[in-house]
Amino acid sequence: MLYLDNSATTSIHPEVRKIICDVLEKHFGNPSSLHKKGVEAEKLLNKSREIVAQSLQVNPQEIIFTSGGTEGDNLAVKGVALQYHKRGRHIITSQIEHPAVKESCRQLEELGFEVTYLGVDKYGFIAPEDLLQSIRPDTILVSIMHVNNEVGSIQPIAKIGDFLKKHHKIFFHVDAVQGFAKVPLKVKEWGIDLLTISGHKIHGPKGVGALYVKDGIKIVPLLAGGGQEAGIRSGTENVPGIVGLAKSCQIAREIFVGNSKKMLDLRKQCISMIKDKLPEAIINGPECGEVSPYILNLSVPRLKGEVLVHALEKEGIYVSTGSACSSKKNITSPVLDAMGIDQETKLGSIRVSFTYETSLEDIKMFVNNLVKIVGQLINKR
Amino acid sequence: MRRVYMDHSATTPVRPEVAQVVTKYFTETFGNASSVHAFGREARKGVETAREQIANLIKAKPEEIFFTSGGTEADNMAIIGTALANKDKGKHIITTQIEHHAVLDTCKYLEKQGFEVTYLPVDAEAMLDMETLKKAIRKDTILITIMHVNNEVGTILPIKEIGAIAKENNILFHVDAVQSFGKLPIDVNQMNIDMLSASGHKIYAPKGIGCLFLRKGTKLSPIMFGGAQERKRRPGTENVPGIVGFGLAAELAGKEMEEENKRLTKLRDKLIDGILEKIPESQLNGHRTQRLPGNVNVSLRYIEGESLLLMLDLKGIAASSGSACTSGSLDPSHVLMAMGICHEIAHGSLRLTLGKINTEEDIDYVLEVLPEIVEKLREMSPLYNSIKLERREECSKCTLTK
Repeated sequence: MLYLDNSATTSIHPEVRKIICDVLEKHFGNPSSLHKKGVEAEKLLNKSREIVAQSLQVNPQEIIFTSGGTEGDNLAVKGVALQYHKRGRHIITSQIEHPAVKESCRQLEELGFEVTYLGVDKYGFIAPEDLLQSIRPDTILVSIMHVNNEVGSIQPIAKIGDFLKKHHKIFFHVDAVQGFAKVPLKVKEWGIDLLTISGHKIHGPKGVGALYVKDGIKIVPLLAGGGQEAGIRSGTENVPGIVGLAKSCQIAREIFVGNSKKMLDLRKQCISMIKDKLPEAIINGPECGEVSPYILNLSVPRLKGEVLVHALEKEGIYVSTGSACSSKKNITSPVLDAMGIDQETKLGSIRVSFTYETSLEDIKMFVNNLVKIVGQLINKR
Repeated sequence: MRRVYMDHSATTPVRPEVAQVVTKYFTETFGNASSVHAFGREARKGVETAREQIANLIKAKPEEIFFTSGGTEADNMAIIGTALANKDKGKHIITTQIEHHAVLDTCKYLEKQGFEVTYLPVDAEAMLDMETLKKAIRKDTILITIMHVNNEVGTILPIKEIGAIAKENNILFHVDAVQSFGKLPIDVNQMNIDMLSASGHKIYAPKGIGCLFLRKGTKLSPIMFGGAQERKRRPGTENVPGIVGFGLAAELAGKEMEEENKRLTKLRDKLIDGILEKIPESQLNGHRTQRLPGNVNVSLRYIEGESLLLMLDLKGIAASSGSACTSGSLDPSHVLMAMGICHEIAHGSLRLTLGKINTEEDIDYVLEVLPEIVEKLREMSPLYNSIKLERREECSKCTLTK
């Protein structure tokens, strides 16, 4: 069995599981309760906030816990837009954002906001100059993802942040769900105002994430109620999930950063093996350079991605076509659309996503099976 | 020292069977339920089984259950979602003064958006009068949102009657059932409920998971946007371990409900009677019989709630003064205020909520410890002493037993 769909979700790291089980068992209190059980839970919550803040090198009070990446993106994009709409009603984002950002922008369009969706080049990169040209006097928010979830391109966040430093009134949100812990990120240095992360993409639990909101920025909450999370996110805190998220942030340095060179090499080797044994295959997105070591998107001409995914599954290898969030819709990926990729290649694309444990043997197994399957499928025709 | 957890309305420990299945879904069945491969399909199976388990408990259809991150999100989703989807029909909403803040604050948010909200009053036992409700209904009323069980005083509201009135007037009916789901029988059809919020961590499932029952055909504008999960009503990668744990907890709660309620009612009544008997100038808050089996809420005059909680905590007893969500604020409970209980007495309120882990010995322990603490605190209270010297005058606003 070989699981290569780590951009959809990851398995829970044993240390994370251990700590979650421990909290489920022993520290079940509601952090808002005044008694010992509550105080215990509150302490865990505070400690977790410190750890998550530390991993982003920000202040603990700048971390808001959420139910995951989608909520974080919704809260950031709509929270800023609705709070600062009097300053202006223009938002800049890209055509390759995750639906959580894109659809939030669409909702804002219905409410009278204007949104510019920046295009990308054929490798899936936005051009910071395009962004600069799109800025208007009424622009209040720029929301750009760090690592694209389908092709792995790393967007020029540092450069965009640098440009935006001259525009004090524009807030900068980064969807870092796929990039966090896996590629270098400097929240403060890059001038990021809001940043979304999710637990289950970094071997943490599902159902929990965090939003970084820079001190001094007000946002309109999505959920009203008990006033938890400084009034920005009501609802009893998911303590075991939050503690699990913190643990996964803590070990991320070791498992991801420590392995990033190995992973970059593996990705390179994977590409060269594919090119060697399957010369007709097309790599979608960057082959090297500004790319996540953990994501590889490719197409085999004349074969549908779906068919490849199922054939690989029969061999015990799990990959996906595009993102899991849209894997059931029978339409081509908006990301590949934006990259200007032709229809046949789009329909043929599969996403292979690695994690820190992926080995050279795994890569060989994947490539060998892919070659075998492609041979069988083409011969069948 | 004995440790007694009597704050089950704030949150509950995860039961072992649930913890086990949650762990399994953390490790073995960790797939993204939207993935088409085997890992995804197994996770999907877990999610759909849980959807059935939850639907069964309230006699709904599985496709009418939408998973959320908890009760607060479900309340927000139901109220904002239907208000926005039906605003062309009218902009009037009816709720009560004793709702949870997830409902009250959402209504306040809608008021800012141009909706009108009627907050119905309740009587001294937190009970709602049906005539008051009927009179509040207007031509432009689009939604009635009323809780099943009050989280502070445990009063069970007449949901079936309210549902009938809502149906008769063709108004959508949302029930915040966070405190009753899995504890009291619910039949969404018989009760004419269109939407119902429930939460996992109140029924021995993990925190961070809940659901909204949304009757088929009910229009709802989502509050979150993104992927196509939960049939586009609620995007975001499904919290599979949480969902599976919630499903199992719901099924088990249903199976054990009748017996557990008998047990809890007995314990509850023993605790109530014991407190009222042993502690002078104490009163029960909420309805005596139309009351959640595990809820005890009493006011102990001349006592400051917070110091009482700390003293109890030192004796190993975990209790609360009202709902956990507002425990940080110094304002007296909005529920007790709505019941017409005066400030001073409201400040001395104590909520003890029983659950699976409580035994008769726990009750005996509380009945042994609590009167001592109350006496000690009263000795230290200048108010108590000055009143002891003078003649005690009845507080004009309240109905304290003398």
